[in-house]
Amino acid sequence: MNMQPKAQPQGSGTLAVKRNRGGLLDRLKEQRLLYVLMLPAIILTLMFSYVPMFGLYMAFINYQPGGGTFFEQFFTTDFVGLQWFEYFFTNGDFVRIMRNTLAQSFLSLLFGFPMPIILALMINEMRNGWFKRTFQTVSYMPHFISWVIAANIIITMLSSGGVINNILTGLHIIDEPIQFMQKGPLFWWIIALSNAWKDMGFNAIMYLAAISAINPELYEVAKVDGASRLKQMLHITLPSIKPTIIILAILAVGGILNAGFDQQYLLQNNTVMQYSEVIDTYTYKYGLQNGMFSYGAAVGLFKSVVAFILVISVNQMAKKMEEQSLF
Amino acid sequence: MVKDKKDFLFMTVVYAFIVAIFIVTFYPFWNIFIISLNSAEDTLRGHLYLWPREFSLASYKQILTDSEIWMAIRITLLRTLIGTPLAVITISMLSFSLSKKELVAGRFWTLYFVFTMYFGGGLIPYYMVLKSYHLIDNFMVFVVPGLMNVFYMIIVRTFMQGLPQELDESAKIDGANYIQIFFRIILPLTTPVLATIGLFTAISHWNSWFDSYVFTYNPDLKTLQAVLVKILNQYQTGSMVGDAQAMANSAKRMAVSPDTIRMAATMVATLPIIMVYPFLQKYFVKGMTLGAVKS
Repeated sequence: MNMQPKAQPQGSGTLAVKRNRGGLLDRLKEQRLLYVLMLPAIILTLMFSYVPMFGLYMAFINYQPGGGTFFEQFFTTDFVGLQWFEYFFTNGDFVRIMRNTLAQSFLSLLFGFPMPIILALMINEMRNGWFKRTFQTVSYMPHFISWVIAANIIITMLSSGGVINNILTGLHIIDEPIQFMQKGPLFWWIIALSNAWKDMGFNAIMYLAAISAINPELYEVAKVDGASRLKQMLHITLPSIKPTIIILAILAVGGILNAGFDQQYLLQNNTVMQYSEVIDTYTYKYGLQNGMFSYGAAVGLFKSVVAFILVISVNQMAKKMEEQSLF
Repeated sequence: MVKDKKDFLFMTVVYAFIVAIFIVTFYPFWNIFIISLNSAEDTLRGHLYLWPREFSLASYKQILTDSEIWMAIRITLLRTLIGTPLAVITISMLSFSLSKKELVAGRFWTLYFVFTMYFGGGLIPYYMVLKSYHLIDNFMVFVVPGLMNVFYMIIVRTFMQGLPQELDESAKIDGANYIQIFFRIILPLTTPVLATIGLFTAISHWNSWFDSYVFTYNPDLKTLQAVLVKILNQYQTGSMVGDAQAMANSAKRMAVSPDTIRMAATMVATLPIIMVYPFLQKYFVKGMTLGAVKS
């Protein structure tokens, strides 16, 4: 995997490379200032990304708080092998956690994936003017607030005296206010709709960018042929952004284990815990709050590995389907 | 403009959809806003929809005289003002080096950074590592780990690769070294994209709560959003017990209630974002599009 653009030459060929053809040491010496500029980032990435990866070794030992410093314990505590993983797969939590994670991800995709596409198509049909600009500004707004604020808003709207319950009782759809936040199975839907609410406007930007790249002549020709705006949307705009849709769909599948942390942690309460807990909140609860550090690390490692394999295989799939790499 | 019937119907559907989305997106903010401006006692009667019924600034007074909130605002501003420029300079220096085709082991270093986007140690080892660096309960935990961001590096590097090569070729002939080329020639040309990543970084500093909530214990190190989480938790447990009556009683005695306080605190945390971002919109749309081209 590499993020280099395909156009970039591999090895020699360009002027710059030819001119620097001396020995490796000479070239390094000439480029020492480039390395100076990279140094802070190299060190930071080593400290905060790679050292924690080596720290994952703690998933195979029995780390004890107070039993010496973190790295000392790698040598002083017993190696327990896959014991923590076994415990995770057999203690019954595994099925519940995976069910919640996958269900919340799947429902989030169900709403969160098509909504930005529909929204972008609709925005594209709007006449240019102040209303379009205002609407777009407002539509990004939820993306830029924290989940803390979003959770405050969502809980307020869904509370028993909140606007949603008032409207539903006012229209006599329900007689008694529904305690939305205390009904386990509803939690999945609340997460899915909250995710869609927060990000649809922002995610529509990608599709709008793709739409703006469509050749306007296509529409001119369609107009001459007498195609209605609906037909133009369905037969020109939509097919033109299909590659973008496919790439983003594949990307989304790769992230299926990342159901989130903030939204679940901030919206959940004890009555819905059976439905709200996902891998990341579970890791936090056991690993840090309950002090089962090694167990938490093992669950985290399980997630990282599966997620990594998912992204890599999904990238291979994308390559085959579109000849267009995600990296 | 709209000539035949079919298009008229279609446009009606389009605008109905847009208006519906507009309401769904905007109204929740408005609702919070009016509750925060309503008197606590009157809020208990519910059914606040469009305007405050009994206008009152008591909740804001309560919030803005709270030393905990001011401390939190101070910490949040500090981390934003220190963390953002440092992150932008770290990322742009790296992007410059990686944008050079002649860089020795360039592919290795690209892979070195990009790999961390797809695999990580996870929360628990990360916490342990921070602890061994003595960053737990230390203000620097808000700044240092956030100095590097691979996604932003890719955006900036792509932008720099698009700059004409002749620029630094001629500077090199004039005897300028890489650092001079970076600061004098490349950096000024990169300002639009640096503004984009700076904006994103600043917003994520303002919005972050998790690092403060998990990696600090000292109440003086809590960010605004972390304090808001605390208020939210109190409310959640309060409503769990079903203590509405107690809340009602306290609201009658005082000018404020947990509800209105929560709304006022939410508004205090939201308003800076809402006020700043429309001006900077063009930057993030540009940045998003650049990122989209890459990914």
